[in-house]
Amino acid sequence: MLLNPHYMSESKVHFFSSEPLVALLGNPNCGKTALFNLLTGSRQKVANYSGVTVERKEGRLTLESGKNIRILDLPGAYSLYPRSLDEKVTCNVLLGRAEGEKRPDLVVCVLSAMNLRRNLRLVLAAKRLGLPCVVVLNMLDIAKRQGLQIDTAALSNELGLPVLTSIGIQSDGADEIKQFLSNLDWRNLDALRTGTSDATLENVASHIAHAETDNVQVQRILQNLKLDQIIPDHLSDRLDAVLLHPILGPIILVALLFFIFQAVFSWATVPMDLIKNSVEYLGTQIGALLPDTWLRSLLINGILAGLGGVVIFLPQILILFFFILLLEESGYLPRAAYLLDRVMGSVGLSGRSFIPLLSSFACAIPGIMATRSISNARDRMVTILIAPMMTCSARLPVYALLISAFIPEQKLWVGIDLQGLVLFLLYLAGILGAMAVAWILKRFTTEQFKMNALMMELPSYHLPRLGNLAISLWQRAEIFLRRVGGIILLMTIGLWVLSSFPFPPEGATGSPIQYSFAGMIGQALAHVFSPIGFNWQISIALVPGMAAREVVVSSLATVYALSSSGIDATEALIPLISSGWSLATALSLLAWFVFAPQCLSTIAAVKRETGGWKIPVIMLSYLFGLAYLASFITYRLAVFLGLG
Amino acid sequence: MHLDQVDVDATYRVCAIDAPKSAPQIKGQLEDIGFLPGEQVTVLRKGLLGKGPYMVRVGASTFALRKSEARMIAVESALHV
Repeated sequence: MLLNPHYMSESKVHFFSSEPLVALLGNPNCGKTALFNLLTGSRQKVANYSGVTVERKEGRLTLESGKNIRILDLPGAYSLYPRSLDEKVTCNVLLGRAEGEKRPDLVVCVLSAMNLRRNLRLVLAAKRLGLPCVVVLNMLDIAKRQGLQIDTAALSNELGLPVLTSIGIQSDGADEIKQFLSNLDWRNLDALRTGTSDATLENVASHIAHAETDNVQVQRILQNLKLDQIIPDHLSDRLDAVLLHPILGPIILVALLFFIFQAVFSWATVPMDLIKNSVEYLGTQIGALLPDTWLRSLLINGILAGLGGVVIFLPQILILFFFILLLEESGYLPRAAYLLDRVMGSVGLSGRSFIPLLSSFACAIPGIMATRSISNARDRMVTILIAPMMTCSARLPVYALLISAFIPEQKLWVGIDLQGLVLFLLYLAGILGAMAVAWILKRFTTEQFKMNALMMELPSYHLPRLGNLAISLWQRAEIFLRRVGGIILLMTIGLWVLSSFPFPPEGATGSPIQYSFAGMIGQALAHVFSPIGFNWQISIALVPGMAAREVVVSSLATVYALSSSGIDATEALIPLISSGWSLATALSLLAWFVFAPQCLSTIAAVKRETGGWKIPVIMLSYLFGLAYLASFITYRLAVFLGLG
Repeated sequence: MHLDQVDVDATYRVCAIDAPKSAPQIKGQLEDIGFLPGEQVTVLRKGLLGKGPYMVRVGASTFALRKSEARMIAVESALHV
């Protein structure tokens, strides 16, 4: 399935079935997605809109009559005058201008009963589209609890549209909508149409004109319904008094982030070891069955290793997204961004970039996938670009090898030894490098984008629903396996081909990899790398190391023709390299690993998340340049100091 | 008076949005999220040392704004209305 070309390309949705298309339209945080989950359950498809990285969610609902309808969960919009990529997609779909999208047959405007004032303006704009419309009053339970009485019949009268009610967090909360859709005559929806059907996108002038008249009209409606009093949300205010407290707030946040990081790092080790051991076990089983030919090697070192290399990321991705979704659903995530905004703002990012960057310390791939929670497109790109500089866990085996081979065990201070200090400096170098790059990118950003940075809604707190969490978590896993997994598998097999062919000539004395394509590339690279002190053995090992950074350790063992692997490889390599390499070379290689784009899986993830090759190519080149520069300076300085 | 000069927890009303000439689109953006003339607005928090980000309640929703964004929102005391 992973190799199926359909899954490899961004699936453009080109099936125009005869089933009617219903679009859910609403402000961000109006509970639209919870409602969408209620209506469609697990019958959802997640893809991207054609040509952009905005997530497209479609589901199916079977009506009482047995008729199927398609439901599209449009990206949240504050108005129909597009200001963000999300809003642009929403507008284009509603106008029937989005590539590969059918114009919806019916628009369901979802309103939060808690915030009619702002939500009603969107309904007025939607009415002008000329599409059949119905209004759904969501979150009615919370409104009632807070003493808000909404006369739906009167509201329906004012708007000239049917008004339904729903409770997005109750399993039967969408029944009224289902009933309504079942009773509709889908061949003739003109009764629900209020404008002419040839509506166009609002331009600046008409939008400004409408904004004022709409506001007056909303004000009048709210007065007529006696809803023009603002009812404060005491629960959220009380929680904010603690969670956003100037001193307590940051302490709670740091504790929470530490816990999440810890969980991603340590909870994942058990399932990851399990996956690794199962892959190794399967490998030996297959190895025992088949004769020692290239076919066996392809199966074990190519396909099986590739599949294992894909699945191994799943535990971290699932754990990280469980927490992110939990924070997002509860309403805490934007508050965390609020608390961190000043720190991140100093390098031109917003608080939303923090969690993706933090998780990149475990692995850049879940980190890059987590940038989806950053609403600002520029901030998201910068975050993706600097994420690989956070020291991921795959670098640790390489650091461990080099540090134990070259850095003496020496106590410097109470509780501080030299080896630990070097490791800390390596982490710090990555963070400082990332901050520097973000700061430089900030210089190159125009005023206009800088201005866009915050204006972030802090929604009321909600108790997260496990059902919604499960659906979203499953979708993350699916996206990763389908869109990133295929590329990782292909690349692993590609690297296997490079490292295995051609075979060494008869009577060759060196390690077989020396005679392979990877060996040839490595020998050629050795010319590029000699100014920074890498010998040809290192250069060759870096080629298969592109699969994953930690592979460099076992590749070095292969190049040095050691038979052992895994932990034994490190043990066996230490005396070899500590006598064979100079300290300058080792330091240079450490500097290289801080910055180098050493992981094709990350590149694959970036390509998928940014929808093209532009960002991954920029990332590859600047990281390569930075790594080369850092290694060059390190090596030359070390040689100058007599460590060569 | 602009929103960066107001007292915390006091209620004001939005008069106008004074967007800088370099970024006129900010006006529409702030209006879309609810900063419309006549709307009730309260600054709930001003961040550490008052440097932001601000936590602002406008109508029934709450937004985080940077100080530079709050500075564009002209307000008057709700008592005068």
